[in-house]
Amino acid sequence: MTEFTMKGGAELVAKRYRAERRFKALGLASLAVTGLFLGFLIVDIMTKGFPAFFEHTVKMDVMIDPARIDANAIAKGDFQGLAKDALRDAFPGVSDRSGRKQLSAILSSGAGSALRDLVIADPKLIGTKVNVPLLLSGDADLYLKGYQANLGKNPGSADLTISEDGDAYNLTTSAPLAAGQIVRANGGAFKVLSAGDGSARAEAMEKPVSMETALAGKWDSVSFSTTESDRRSSDREILWLEQLNDNGQIAKGFAWRFFSSGDSREPELAGVRGALVGSLLVIAVTLSICLPIGVGAALYLEEFASKNRFTDLIEVNINNLAAVPSIIFGLLGLAVFLSFFGLPRSAPLVGGLVLALLVLPTIIIASRAAFRSVPPSIKEAALGVGASHQQAVFHHVLPLAVPGILTGTILGIARAFGESAPLLMIGMIAFIVDVPKGFTDAATVMPVQIFLWSDLPEIGFQSKTAAAIIVLLVVLFCLNAVAIYLRKRFERRW
Amino acid sequence: MSLIFALLILLMVSGSFVLGRSRAGALQSSAGLHSLPSYHGMLLALVGLLAALLVFALGLRFIPDYIPWVSLAAGFAAVGVFYQKISPDYRARNLFERITLWILAACATFAILVTIGILFSVLFESLRFFSEVSPLHFLTSLQWSPTSDPASFGIVPLVAGTLLITVIAIAIAGPLGLFGAIYMAEYASPRIRSIAKPLLEILAGVPTVVLGFFAALTVAPLIRGWGESFGLSVSSESALAAGVVMGMMIVPLISSLSDDIINAVPQSLRDGSYAMGATKSETIKKVVLPAALPGIVSAFILAISRAIGETMIVVMAAGLAANLTFNPLAAVTTITVQIATLLVGDQEFDSAKTLSAFALGLILFIFTLVLNYIALRFVQKYREQYD
Repeated sequence: MTEFTMKGGAELVAKRYRAERRFKALGLASLAVTGLFLGFLIVDIMTKGFPAFFEHTVKMDVMIDPARIDANAIAKGDFQGLAKDALRDAFPGVSDRSGRKQLSAILSSGAGSALRDLVIADPKLIGTKVNVPLLLSGDADLYLKGYQANLGKNPGSADLTISEDGDAYNLTTSAPLAAGQIVRANGGAFKVLSAGDGSARAEAMEKPVSMETALAGKWDSVSFSTTESDRRSSDREILWLEQLNDNGQIAKGFAWRFFSSGDSREPELAGVRGALVGSLLVIAVTLSICLPIGVGAALYLEEFASKNRFTDLIEVNINNLAAVPSIIFGLLGLAVFLSFFGLPRSAPLVGGLVLALLVLPTIIIASRAAFRSVPPSIKEAALGVGASHQQAVFHHVLPLAVPGILTGTILGIARAFGESAPLLMIGMIAFIVDVPKGFTDAATVMPVQIFLWSDLPEIGFQSKTAAAIIVLLVVLFCLNAVAIYLRKRFERRW
Repeated sequence: MSLIFALLILLMVSGSFVLGRSRAGALQSSAGLHSLPSYHGMLLALVGLLAALLVFALGLRFIPDYIPWVSLAAGFAAVGVFYQKISPDYRARNLFERITLWILAACATFAILVTIGILFSVLFESLRFFSEVSPLHFLTSLQWSPTSDPASFGIVPLVAGTLLITVIAIAIAGPLGLFGAIYMAEYASPRIRSIAKPLLEILAGVPTVVLGFFAALTVAPLIRGWGESFGLSVSSESALAAGVVMGMMIVPLISSLSDDIINAVPQSLRDGSYAMGATKSETIKKVVLPAALPGIVSAFILAISRAIGETMIVVMAAGLAANLTFNPLAAVTTITVQIATLLVGDQEFDSAKTLSAFALGLILFIFTLVLNYIALRFVQKYREQYD
């Protein structure tokens, strides 16, 4: 026996094995990074969007004043005014002009419409006092959700003594106080102007009822990370909201409005109904065009066409179309459908046509694969018992290829559902409040709605955007789940 | 109105089918038919529908007011003519199958029509643009400011911006996608594969507008924050943010294409390498990757083409200012961003500003076409044939 030895052989082997482990770890790390990115993306969108599915309302006793609501024309009544008056009655101390204005600003401009619906449903309510939840404005809603740089409300941890000091007050306590905080004690409210060690100078927002020492836990402070001018809600609005909250008048509920209303300039009123309906209309057009044409083309290329230059040309074309950037299809739609054929701008009809052209290659390629997977023996058996070529294909091959075609089509539709770039070109980007009713009405679609909202500076809309993304992703997830189910359920191995 | 019309057409089609089938069925009892009665019915329905649709398509531009009724009348006329022809010897099936075949062929030809449509719509408007702005200025000027006065249409900053973002995207997606694919194809246990594969499919299915939102609102501020903690000035619409997210978008494309290609390398090559004592990674690096290289290169080229044509991410996360820079922390703009911004809103079709979008579209179309062609040729030319 000869033994092969090499100087440092063991070390070399160890080194090679280390390289092996490194290489393997690199591969796993790549997958992990991709997974982490996806996880980060989804968690980020979820945390941003989840609050937008909820809204805050304030329960108010509203007097349906017969003098202001005409029983014969209820729809025209000034319900918004009634809602504002109810709020003013709840804060009789607010008498200055700007204060009254600020007070009505905590109500949404759509607060009255809930009241109106209620009275339209039951006109007998006129002349009575009703207790209704009124929608709060977007800014108030954001404050209550903790989006307005509010660090939170803390009960006082030590006793607080209040003393008058000229126009201002001195607050003395061992609990920490900071400038900008709102301190509520003894039925009054103070804004901390400057805070020193153990004492703070503050101005009264509401005069306290008594000057006695407020015990620990009997007073509280609301603190912020920014100054009042950097916030969308003023200190006074926040004070009112806190008071309403203490009275138990503010309730948080699921925002069905998000699914039942169209777009709006006010974040608290904006919903995705219009965009969802628009998307459905667009997809209906897309499907009714690209499914027959796509399956027809695939049938022809796979079952009937002879191999010649023309079919080669068609194949090259289809492969090329699959790689053309989607925005180019938007240019096509603009130049051909809008300016040559004169079809209406922003219409689901045109959007559907453009997207049909966009997903056509996908559907052709998927359908061809489905036809190819049907074994030739089936067609041959049909031909053998005397069927014509077309009878063999239409009666035997096509039905067996349907699951594959459907799977491919659903994936194509999922792609169309999330596509937005070409639709920007054909004007589906307009601000549309009404839910579209037909294929030629101005409409927008989900992804474009997301794009539109993401451009708006309000934080409220940022949250709505993420919520709309969640809706979009859920729809896409369902579409893909159906496709996977179809594939699993009907896939046949021959 | 259109609903009534559609209903009438449907009624005509189904009615003529029943009519033809019953007429042929009545003949069947007395004499042998060449075609089955249902073929007579289908033929009638088909010619009726075709005649109506044809007249509808032709007349839409000329007599839009009367078109539903005229096309319905044409449909009924065609049905009437073919109804007269029904006889035991009439070869309804042959005619029906011939028409069907033509319809299928027309469907297949539709793809060519789309390409021609794209080419003409882009080319035609581009020519109008180049009659106002010289192609030389368009291709060589370093200034892109379509809205200023006088406007300047130099594509160079746009191409530079597009390339910068593409390079960042590929620098991210290339290694991630390729190493991921190698791991999936060579190392992964079925369990890891069953996790990683759907994960990549989900990522591939995330709409780009969602990625754009994520890039603009989460990734860009993050990068800005990191940059500033190192004392760098980072634009809030930095090329880096858009590039990174675009790279992540492309990872599934590269990894799924590379995965297929690596799997297509025959096992015998690996076995030969193992027999020589090579470790798995040595086999992959020295044997599998070289064999799969043409396919991997073409996957990368397709990924580049995808990155160049991607719109929403850059529209939302990259800027509008056409800066000629290669600093990834600065704001740049891309061809697709400019097309989108130039054509959003109301356009007049005779201004150079609007038309320039089509010229950009032409450039983009040529870019992607050439890249796809190269990818295709690369595979064809260098592919190893294993049998």
